[in-house]
Amino acid sequence: METDIPGFLLSVYQHLGVKYPKFYKMDNLAKLGWLATEVLLKDFDKAKYQPTDIGVVLTNAGSSLDADKRYYESVQDIASPALFVYTLPNIVIGEICIRHHFKGENAFYIFDGFNADFVNNYVSILLETGQLQACICGWVEMAATGYKAVLFLVEKDKKENAILFDAAGIEKRFIAVGFNQR
Amino acid sequence: MKKVYLVADNITSPLGATTAQNFEHLVNDVTGVRQHNDKAISDERFFASLFEKGYFQTDKCWTKFEHLVIASLTEILYGVDKNISDKKTVLIISTTKGNISLLETEEPSPELDARIALHTSAKKIARHFGFVNEPLVISHACISGLAAMITGMRLIQSGQYDHVVVAGADVISKFVLSGFQSFQAVSPGLCKPFDANRDGINLGEGAATVILSAEKTDGETIELASGAVSNDANHISGPSRTGEELYFAIDKTMKGAGLQAGDIDFISAHGTATIYNDEMEAKAVTLAGLQDVPLNSLKGFYGHTLGASGLIEAIVSAQSLKQNIIIPTKGFSKQGDANRVNVCSQLISKPLNSCLKIASGFGGCNAAIILTKSQQDIS
Repeated sequence: METDIPGFLLSVYQHLGVKYPKFYKMDNLAKLGWLATEVLLKDFDKAKYQPTDIGVVLTNAGSSLDADKRYYESVQDIASPALFVYTLPNIVIGEICIRHHFKGENAFYIFDGFNADFVNNYVSILLETGQLQACICGWVEMAATGYKAVLFLVEKDKKENAILFDAAGIEKRFIAVGFNQR
Repeated sequence: MKKVYLVADNITSPLGATTAQNFEHLVNDVTGVRQHNDKAISDERFFASLFEKGYFQTDKCWTKFEHLVIASLTEILYGVDKNISDKKTVLIISTTKGNISLLETEEPSPELDARIALHTSAKKIARHFGFVNEPLVISHACISGLAAMITGMRLIQSGQYDHVVVAGADVISKFVLSGFQSFQAVSPGLCKPFDANRDGINLGEGAATVILSAEKTDGETIELASGAVSNDANHISGPSRTGEELYFAIDKTMKGAGLQAGDIDFISAHGTATIYNDEMEAKAVTLAGLQDVPLNSLKGFYGHTLGASGLIEAIVSAQSLKQNIIIPTKGFSKQGDANRVNVCSQLISKPLNSCLKIASGFGGCNAAIILTKSQQDIS
């Protein structure tokens, strides 16, 4: 069954009840990552950190291919700068950073599937070496066949109800989330 | 913390197939940028640094992007034992758009999507050379090359790997050029980094590879002393108005290397020759107290090679340290009034120990690394 992805993203945005006009300009991948982060950070007290102490490390398999195809369709007519800017996977990180004022380390990696070992290992290095105090990390995919976002908030200080950040734990949670087919 | 050394490098560009060939051309003021008239890429004539047609072409087995990465890796790995199949060795690939030109020539299909995917290329290439670990791909706009080096450095420092092979490449096709044209960001002539009359970028093709290792080689070796990444959190396609966030990355990487402003002998800037990028970089460099340190941009020689640019420019900078030569900024002739920095306009020969390399890109990302001559070599 064909799902209306823009319609779905818009309904989540409306459900959250936030006002953020920039949302409408974003491509589907940025919208998906942005919305997932809104939910993830609902109770996050970012004020206890410096902006440069909070980072974002995201991964997916398809890079920005969804936006790439839309942009290249526009090239046949008049190339659209508004579409071109989204033809980079790290733009979703930029949108998240603008929204939440995060200025720390950021990186976008491509894997054929969720690489829990790498995400766990690399984010742990960033926290342990003091590059970051908190990090949003995980997977944001917007593919021709469907979409999926699984994000984690990792902090150095243990909070109530927090679970240990390890590869097996994030892998399990990643698998528990289905791939929403188009 | 473990030290990380640059033990081998390659630049494959229109200027040559080895680092030595490339550096020789830079010293002799030879650029790869020229005017092209290629309707497959652009209806209008444009300036760019491109490989000769037919030099690297998509075939049944490899895409043009993959051919470029393979050429760079082959040259660097030729005849030397770099423990490629060791469990403590990993390949990192840096690119912004990889195989995207296939969208222009191939029929849409799920198979095409899979062929374009960067992990497909990375795995094919890793298998071809005999790497045993799953390769990493970083695609982080114009800081991809530096971000890949920083990732590699951290993976060595943490002890997970002993050797990290970092390879980057990008190809210029209609997709990429039309995008920069749509932003009105392409110069109608040769680009003029940091010049008062700068009017946009030239694009370029290229590949580069550097091998990072925990083991120092004999002779003079360049060390990747530290690196940092930051985000502007300001605008997705325009740089920070203040340069504060790039400054933060510069400051952090200098502190990480234990260096002060007076220790930096030259700066290799991103210097795309757009009004806003160069102005932002100049502000950040000034905030760091580095406004008098000789600074260059290599975009007048290579154009902007996107995912390869950070690697190409870091390798040239390492070569500059070894040969004690700072390459001038081709295209620069007239200093603007605002945000004066010490743009290097003529070849400088003097003893060099440390270099700061910076880059910034779409999505508000900034990166900085410090390269130094290994301390043992200096003393």
